[in-house]
Amino acid sequence: MHPLLSQLISRPPVLTDGAWGTLLQSLGLPPGECPDAWNIAHPALVADAARQYVDAGSDIILTNTFRSNRIALAPYGLARRAGELNRLGVEISRRAAGTRAKVFASIGPSGKMLMAGDVTQQELEGAFSEQADAIAAAGADGIVIETMADLEEATIALKAAKATGLPVVVSMVFDSGKERDRTMMGATPEQVAEELEGLGADVIGANCGAGIEGYIPVCTRLRGATRLPVWIKPNAGLPTVVEGSITYTMTPDHFARLAPALRDAGATFIGGCCGTTPDFVRALRRTLS
Amino acid sequence: MEDLKKLYDAILVGNFKAAREVTEKALAENVDPQMMVQQYMIPAMDEVGRRYEANEYFVPELLIAARAMKASLELIRPLLIARGAEPAGRVAIGTVKGDLHDIGKNLVAAMLEGAGFEVIDLGVDVTPEKFITAVNERNANLVAMSALLTTTMSSMKTIVEAFRTAGARSKVKIMIGGAPVTQKYADEIGADGYSSNANGAVALARRLTAA
Repeated sequence: MHPLLSQLISRPPVLTDGAWGTLLQSLGLPPGECPDAWNIAHPALVADAARQYVDAGSDIILTNTFRSNRIALAPYGLARRAGELNRLGVEISRRAAGTRAKVFASIGPSGKMLMAGDVTQQELEGAFSEQADAIAAAGADGIVIETMADLEEATIALKAAKATGLPVVVSMVFDSGKERDRTMMGATPEQVAEELEGLGADVIGANCGAGIEGYIPVCTRLRGATRLPVWIKPNAGLPTVVEGSITYTMTPDHFARLAPALRDAGATFIGGCCGTTPDFVRALRRTLS
Repeated sequence: MEDLKKLYDAILVGNFKAAREVTEKALAENVDPQMMVQQYMIPAMDEVGRRYEANEYFVPELLIAARAMKASLELIRPLLIARGAEPAGRVAIGTVKGDLHDIGKNLVAAMLEGAGFEVIDLGVDVTPEKFITAVNERNANLVAMSALLTTTMSSMKTIVEAFRTAGARSKVKIMIGGAPVTQKYADEIGADGYSSNANGAVALARRLTAA
């Protein structure tokens, strides 16, 4: 195991962070604007988001680089700034973390579907390699490939990330099928675990999806199918409409009450995805300590 | 005479080359294209849908089946049009203003095309005006909107309202979908229907256009 991971998991569970997009929106990011562009336009506000997670007690914070691969950036006219956005994203989180937290840089999906022919394998390899190399050069402690719906795309990103020598987490979304225990492309937790462990992932997991309850059985199944540590970052349930505005109604305390079950199901790294905030991390800290 | 069971099977397993070949041979033998669609192709897509609901098929199988269906329909449609046959419906589909995600929208478009709908794909970041123009100028009778983000979902409400303001609401049925979208949200904004997946979207589109 990578020495940094051995050190981190010596005192489980390891707390990760919550959502960035919704937090940046609360700091003024307009709907529909690319959050990663703020690494250039409003670095102080991105730093504020990062610092809020460190202050809340995250052992690991991520970076505002989820969309910073050239394919996902292209619709925003930012494809040529991928390297710069990744470097700035890592630097911002790095400064906020100081010695209090580790920085695992986020790599999200391309937003294009490989099997539909919307993007080629070579294009994905090029985009993820560019991003992973920029992240490593900027001094991240690790890489998190997250919110992946397609195992094939995840494995392309994994190979690019492994080439940097950094520890790599790969986290898929399980939200399909009757039991909501499959990826969009139909892969089971067992298939995901076998494939990713075989290709050298250091940590595997699940994020986003329909909420924390559904990820408890998914976590159990990942745990049973791998020797690797498991990483879980669920949504705060599904959003609902309250008085005309769209919001996640699950409270930090409700979320945190379910966290011990997640830990008992074998999750070593625990945090939140869409709809979770620094208050969720604080609640997790209280409940799990 | 060409064995049309092969056409059914080709669509079911997503073999677009076989689907095209069988279709070509059948048409060369003057087989009735309407009969091929009604008795073999649509039932094949219905079986694809059943398998999806039963967790035997997932998105990859849906996609290749829709592609096989499309390969066959491309040969058949000109003949149907020449006879004056109308498509199952005309759908203007797009990801709403502010949102650039197109995977879900493309999947629904492929499935609707496979089900015999004429699909007008407006792309991503689609304004209310573009949807309304598609309805007024291209006679779409169904609007399908997609959003992946909670922050862009509210564009759906704006678009439904824009149809009302433009006096065009009664001309169309409006259906919505996307990760954060729910039936409750569809009711709240006055859309006519919601589906959580591409297969359900086809059944919904049929129901809305049959009314």
